[in-house]
Amino acid sequence: MLTKRIIPCLDVRRGKVTKGVRFQNNVELGDPVEMAAAYSAGGCDELVFYDITASAEHRPIDIEMVAAVARAIHIPFTVGGGITGLADMARVLTAGAEKISLNSLAVQNPTIITEGAKAFGAQCIVLGMDPVKMPDNPRFPSGYEITIRGFRERTGLDALAWARRAEELGAGEIVVNSVDADGTQQGFELTLTRLIATQVHIPVVASGGAGTPDHLAAVFTTGCADAAIIAGMIHTGAYTIRQIKEALLAKHIPVRKKW
Amino acid sequence: MIAIVDYNAGNLTSVKLALDYLGTCAEITRDPARILAAERVIFPGVGSAGAAMQNIRALGLADALRQVVQRGTPFLGICLGTQIIFEASEEDGGVQGLGIMAGTVKRFHPANPADKVPQIGWNSVAFVKPHPLFAGIESGSEFYFVHSYYPAPADRACVLGETEYADIRFASVVTRDNLAATQFHPEKSGRLGLQFLKNFTAWKTA
Repeated sequence: MLTKRIIPCLDVRRGKVTKGVRFQNNVELGDPVEMAAAYSAGGCDELVFYDITASAEHRPIDIEMVAAVARAIHIPFTVGGGITGLADMARVLTAGAEKISLNSLAVQNPTIITEGAKAFGAQCIVLGMDPVKMPDNPRFPSGYEITIRGFRERTGLDALAWARRAEELGAGEIVVNSVDADGTQQGFELTLTRLIATQVHIPVVASGGAGTPDHLAAVFTTGCADAAIIAGMIHTGAYTIRQIKEALLAKHIPVRKKW
Repeated sequence: MIAIVDYNAGNLTSVKLALDYLGTCAEITRDPARILAAERVIFPGVGSAGAAMQNIRALGLADALRQVVQRGTPFLGICLGTQIIFEASEEDGGVQGLGIMAGTVKRFHPANPADKVPQIGWNSVAFVKPHPLFAGIESGSEFYFVHSYYPAPADRACVLGETEYADIRFASVVTRDNLAATQFHPEKSGRLGLQFLKNFTAWKTA
C-alpha cells in the first residue's frame, strides 16, 4: 500500500535553517546539511528546502548547498524559493534535487509550470501555494485567496481555481500551505486541505500547523492529504519522526516502517 | 566501471551520487562504445516514453542497449528505463519500446479518486522469489516510486517483486538472466535502496 509521506521542511536563510511564525521572528536552528542527514537517518520520507528570503532579496538559490544535501542524503528532496526560470530549475535538478517548488513565479508566469513539466517531467514540478482565508467574498468561491512573496502580496486568485489550473498546466504535485495555520502548531487547516485534495487528481501535500502526531492523523484522514510537511514539532525536539510514525501506525494510517 | 546511460531523460545525478556513496566507479555516458565496454550498465530515466525513445534513436543507442543485454553484461533498468525495455507503452498515444523484454506498459486508471496519478511516494515491494539483488532486504520493505504507468510483463516467470496501487498488483521488479529492472527508484530509496544498488554492483550473473 502507498504510505503517507512525512516531510520535514527546512527554511534556509543565509546558509542556516531558521524557524519563524508567519515568516517573522526567525531564529537559527542549525546547518541544513547536518539537519537533512539527521532527519533522513531518523526516517523522514522526503525533505523540502525553502530558500525563504531568496525571492524577496532577488538572490539566486544556493547551488552549493543543494549539491551538499544531495551528497548527504539518498531520499527525494524539493527545493523552492529564488527560482527565476528554466535555467535555475536545471541547475537545481542537476545538483541532485528531485523536485522544484514553484510559488510566486508560477503566479506571475503560469506557463513556467508547463515549460518545466515539458523540460524535466511533471514529477519534478511542485506547485507551492500559500492561501489565506477570505470568507464570504464572492471573488473567492473556495473561501481562500492565494498570496505570494512570503504572504506579503495578495493575488486575487481563488485557491481552488488556481490548484485546478496548476494541474491542467502540468504540475505533478501541489503543496497547500495555509497562511492562517503556518507556524502556529495548532493543527493543519483541514477544510482547505480537504477541499484541494479532493478536487485535483495529483498528490496534495498539506503544510502549516503541524504540532502533534494527532494533527498529522487528522490531515491524512479528514484532510485527505497524501503527504504532510512538518517543521517546528521536530525542530524543537518535541517529537522524533519515529514517534510520529508509531502514533500514526497505532491509528492504522500507513507509513514507511523500515529505513 | 558502471555506465549510467544518458539519453536526456531526466536527472542522472542521484544515481551517480548513490554509486559514489557506495564507492563504486561510475560514469554518465551517451557513447555506445563506452556502454558496450562497461562491466555493468544502469539505464535510468524520468519523463515521457515518447521523448525517451526519440532521444535513444537520435543518439543511436538502441542497438548498443540490446547488444549489451544480449552479451550478458549485468544490466539494471530504473523507472522510465525499465518501461522502455518492454515492447510498447500506452504513453504519448502509444510508443514502441526497445523490445528487450516481452510485455507492455500500462497507465493507472484509478476507480477511487483518492488514488492519485502519478503514484508518488513509498510503497512496499513483496518479493515473489529470493534473488541476490534482495540480499539484506526484507520482503515488504518500502521503496520510492514516481510513475503514472506500470510494467505488465508477458512472462510471469520474469516477475521478481510486486507492488499494489490503484487496485492493481503490478510487477515492480522484473528480471531475466543478466537483466533486472525496477519501477521504483533505488537511488532515492534511502538505506534499503542503497543496499539494492550495492547488491547490483556485486551481482554475479550466470
